[in-house]
Amino acid sequence: MTEGLKIELGRCYRFSASHRLHSSKLSEEENRRVYGKCNNPYGHGHNYVVEVSVSGTVDPATGMIANLADLDGFVEREVIEPFDHKSLNEDVAAFRDNVPTTENICKEIFERLRHFPEAKLERVRVEETGNNTFEYAGEEL
Amino acid sequence: MVYLTRKLEFSASHLYHNPAFSAEENQRIFGKCNNPHGHGHNYTLEVTVAGEPDPVTGMVLDLKELKEILEREITQRMDHRFLNYEVAELKGQIPTCENIARVIWNLLEPKISKGRLHKVRLYETPDLYADCYRNGAHGA
Repeated sequence: MTEGLKIELGRCYRFSASHRLHSSKLSEEENRRVYGKCNNPYGHGHNYVVEVSVSGTVDPATGMIANLADLDGFVEREVIEPFDHKSLNEDVAAFRDNVPTTENICKEIFERLRHFPEAKLERVRVEETGNNTFEYAGEEL
Repeated sequence: MVYLTRKLEFSASHLYHNPAFSAEENQRIFGKCNNPHGHGHNYTLEVTVAGEPDPVTGMVLDLKELKEILEREITQRMDHRFLNYEVAELKGQIPTCENIARVIWNLLEPKISKGRLHKVRLYETPDLYADCYRNGAHGA
């Protein structure tokens, strides 16, 4: 009965960071029109919640898809450490020329985590506020 | 297809320990979860059933019936229990979120009389959960 079942592990992480939505491809007016308050030149911040889902075989010896401490360490190193209490525009190279919308943050986090060695990264879900959530599962092959 | 989800909570204790590992290995792999006296969680279970609403009742599955199944199969079996010692289905397994979710799937699937079990999500804490579903069935 257990055959054909898929098990995923979901884990939530948090970071707080500031950003400014501003595209160098748009004029000042267009930026203001498109991004509204988010275009404020001094930036603003959010408490982000990142939900990471991985899948794989449950090791019968440990009962785990992946050792949680290893997953936590990997996410901490790849995402939390470089993003937490940072200005995403200024401090994260990926957002120098790429507007740090939560769509793009979601994709960037996915790219940073896709090489987790112990399990397959299924998707990344990022909550910018309790009302805005974005999800990315990589590009379809 | 409509997906209905019912939530329930139960509280239970567990510990992670594999007798095939040395004491040091158990400590290294399982960390705090290896405390021999165990520890506990408030688990939240979300059970999703998929199906077409019955044209007469408008229901995929009577929620009352689902509630009774969950009470009988899960709450009575796991609530206020020490999972390692008191839940026969977990004997010989480390009671991780992954394994408990799979045991719950296997307990519930044959009991769902209308619609079909689509997903079991078990939260061990608000920040850690396991999903169990049929291969290829994810998406709701």
